[in-house]
Amino acid sequence: MYRRYRTPSLWHEMNRLQRDMNRLFGENEQERRTAPSFPAINIWANEESALVTAEIPGVAKDALELNVTGDTLEISGERAPDDLPEDARYHRRERTYGKFNRSIQLPYSVDVNKVKATFKNGVLEINLPRVEAEKPKKIAVKAM
Amino acid sequence: MSAQAKEMEIQEQEMVPEETERTRECRCFVPRADIYEVGENISVVMDMPGIEENAIEITLEKNVLNVKGYLQVKAHSGLAQTWSEYEAGDYERSFRISDQIDQTKIEAVYRDGVLRLTLPKAEEAKARKIAVKVG
Repeated sequence: MYRRYRTPSLWHEMNRLQRDMNRLFGENEQERRTAPSFPAINIWANEESALVTAEIPGVAKDALELNVTGDTLEISGERAPDDLPEDARYHRRERTYGKFNRSIQLPYSVDVNKVKATFKNGVLEINLPRVEAEKPKKIAVKAM
Repeated sequence: MSAQAKEMEIQEQEMVPEETERTRECRCFVPRADIYEVGENISVVMDMPGIEENAIEITLEKNVLNVKGYLQVKAHSGLAQTWSEYEAGDYERSFRISDQIDQTKIEAVYRDGVLRLTLPKAEEAKARKIAVKVG
């Protein structure tokens, strides 16, 4: 996973532009192959903690599994298809179903005991505080 | 929940084509939808994650079903975005429903980011089958 600590918002804008351009000219095969697995995630971070969000609509809270080890976060679960009677007729079927499993490498080790996760309206939010010992410390410069 | 369940993939976010500019700053996406018919009901299922249930507007006018969902933009203060694969935004989608729908009996449920609409066919629509006679 690509790491970046603090990024100016300009980068975000550039990435967005690039994605839009790719979409405009059609995704090429290469991009398809390197596409990350479900779910799509966003990461916000500073020196003290990271916040990972993911859109996982249609999955019950209990069907989600989160694992944190060191600096790796793993999100897995399954979206079950609608249980329909036999006489149901589909007009349109665009939503996908199935299992998902995704590992994300964070920019630093996480204090596992302080991780907080919420799942609301299909959006997963995981707050991952950095291990205390790894946090940057200001070092006073002494005059000799 | 079978063992050979397919692996899910990220689906491309599709933007709502704009003819005029929106007054709201965030983007507007087309929610992915499943539409199916069971008996006398038409069900519309849409993925609209990140919306509050009271920020969803559903209208049915002249056989056009219109669904809008407005995002309450959340700021993550003190944090800088370092990685972005999706964008949160509003949702909008319209469908032309060919059957007469009983407007008073439409049901909408929003749960875990998925909006489920049940549209019951109106009485006159049910009885519209016309037998063709050989002349």
